[in-house]
Amino acid sequence: MTIARDPTIPPPRRLKPWNAVEKSLAKVGISGRMLVLAAPVLWLLVFFLIPLAVVFGISLSTKQFGRPPYSPLLTTEEGTVQLTLHLNNYIRLFTDNLYIAAYLSSIRIAFISTVITLFVGYPMAYAIARSPDKWRNILLMLVILPFFTSFLLRVYALTGFMRGNGVINQFLGLFGVEPLVMMQTDFAVYVGIVYTYLPFMILPLYTTLVKLDVSLFEASADLGARPLRTFLSVTLPLSLPGIIAGSMLVFIPAIGEYVIPSLLGGPETLMIGRVLWDEFFTAANWPRAAAVAVAMLVAVVVPIMLLQRAQSSVVER
Amino acid sequence: MAKKTTQLAIDTRPWRDTANNKPFVRIKNVTKKFGDVLAVHDVSLDIYKSELFCLLGGSGSGKSTLLRMLAGFEQPTSGTIEIDGQDMTEVPPYNRPVNMMFQSYALFPHMSVEQNIAYGLKRDNLPKGEINDRVAELLSLVKLQDYGRRKPHQLSGGQRQRVALARALAKRPKLLLLDEPLGALDKKLREETQFELVKIQESLGVTFIVVTHDQEEAMTLATRIGVMNLGEIAMVGEPTDIYEFPNSRFVAGFIGSANMVEGKVTEDEPGHVRIRSAELGCDIYVGHGVDCAPAQILWWAIRPEKMSLSREKPQTPHDANVTSGIVEEIAYLGDISLYQVALESGKRIRVSQTNSVRGNPDAITWDERVFVTWSDSSGSVLTV
Repeated sequence: MTIARDPTIPPPRRLKPWNAVEKSLAKVGISGRMLVLAAPVLWLLVFFLIPLAVVFGISLSTKQFGRPPYSPLLTTEEGTVQLTLHLNNYIRLFTDNLYIAAYLSSIRIAFISTVITLFVGYPMAYAIARSPDKWRNILLMLVILPFFTSFLLRVYALTGFMRGNGVINQFLGLFGVEPLVMMQTDFAVYVGIVYTYLPFMILPLYTTLVKLDVSLFEASADLGARPLRTFLSVTLPLSLPGIIAGSMLVFIPAIGEYVIPSLLGGPETLMIGRVLWDEFFTAANWPRAAAVAVAMLVAVVVPIMLLQRAQSSVVER
Repeated sequence: MAKKTTQLAIDTRPWRDTANNKPFVRIKNVTKKFGDVLAVHDVSLDIYKSELFCLLGGSGSGKSTLLRMLAGFEQPTSGTIEIDGQDMTEVPPYNRPVNMMFQSYALFPHMSVEQNIAYGLKRDNLPKGEINDRVAELLSLVKLQDYGRRKPHQLSGGQRQRVALARALAKRPKLLLLDEPLGALDKKLREETQFELVKIQESLGVTFIVVTHDQEEAMTLATRIGVMNLGEIAMVGEPTDIYEFPNSRFVAGFIGSANMVEGKVTEDEPGHVRIRSAELGCDIYVGHGVDCAPAQILWWAIRPEKMSLSREKPQTPHDANVTSGIVEEIAYLGDISLYQVALESGKRIRVSQTNSVRGNPDAITWDERVFVTWSDSSGSVLTV
């Protein structure tokens, strides 16, 4: 495609060697724009799409002893090429209650955590967005600060708070309260997820809230709306893009979370990330683990697409 | 109808009869500080019902802060604000009988035009049918009947301005505050809208307080103007008072253009004053008494259109009010020509002349020696 150029405007000056390079590339049909686009496309192809295809391939094979620990998809036998696709891994996912329960439980835990994170994060984001300019960056820095410590370390440190003789129970003990069982429960998993993912909720919410024109709130008050009404009718709908973005950033990683449920959760905390780990490392069943991963990807991609559509429709408005 | 007009004619200038008219908005000794910054300093102002009062001032003059205190978005540091006899100091914005039209219009971007206008009515819990009727009425008032379902971003600047006005009028406020209502419009649209605004204000009888930095806008719109400078009210008066009888050098210089010279009182009589001005190179004879002392240094300001030019020295009584100089610049503006005349003292004054003769071949031109003259009541004597 050529763009019509105004002949009265001289063409932009360029470095000479680049002219030659560009010309020779143009002969083959490659433009600068294509080269720029090629970098991320190549990256995604090599490090995302091809591995994904490999995982998908493994999910269609069956477990066997040896190296690699799964059967090949293609076999040659007496001059015929045979493609063997085992669907039993996927069939198993839908027939074995363990997997269905794990998926549902993951979605439930991720959903509840997202809602809690939203309720905790929204007031914080709002307060930061409405604080005086000089405070804003300091407060934002405090939100991001935990990232400077290792994620594993931080989650592990939570056990120090929640275990039987941990900080919280020692404190409660001062008032004669019986020690609470917090570790190895779903409660601990929620605490871990909310604590870890809170910044991912606050930051997009903050960016939406800080952009809102203060005169909109004033106009609402001026027209007779009390603060709560202003919040529900003006602030909340206008911060919807931030709510959606933040929820996506929390929900998606939380659904496949492995570290938090294994460090803080108990044996009954069923999450798909742990099932995957067990299949892969404990049962050494690569094909089954691959099928779990592919199914999880599908399960996550669908809500992402729905949310993304909702978000773009909000942005259009 | 006829009766109403006569009533209006009497009522339009209630500020001239303060004994029999109660002010509708009463601002008493209001001061507002932001930290150490004094935004509004000891302002007292009475505004009457159905007035279209303009607060005129440059940026940082405190006019917007004063308006925001009337709306309730800012609390006065000291002083009180009364609206319709009620003290508003402690009343939050959502309980005030006041609506505001914002400079940015502040239309809710996620709501349609109809929803924007209905927003305030819904807060009053009016029945749905009544809200719809009122919205339709307002849309026709601002001539946007076919735009009710559009979103603000689908409207032009002028249309948004009208939606903002309709939304602010929806609750039939006793007092409407307008913050630079025409600031975002281009010149032609602004002129059209000015008259529309006055028409709406007159037909509804709502009291308008308009903040503007545009003196032309203030002159066209206002029943009275309050000129603000550095957080204080410099002068309050009808547009003609402000223009013809400024009370200070600031007001004379701020409104329109004025030639200002320094002078010394040489005669101070009850019926006249004579001022000697070295800058002007002549005596100024003022045909009325002035509150001043003999030999006092003061200022005298005169508008360009109050002086006339001639090639021959005109005969003036009292041997004053005529000076001469060389024409330096001429700006031809069509209806008038603006002459810049350099006096012998080096002072430059501006004189405008009406171009009453078409294509005048004998018009005064560059580098001519001319005489500048004025009558003994044309200028304003200013002591501050």
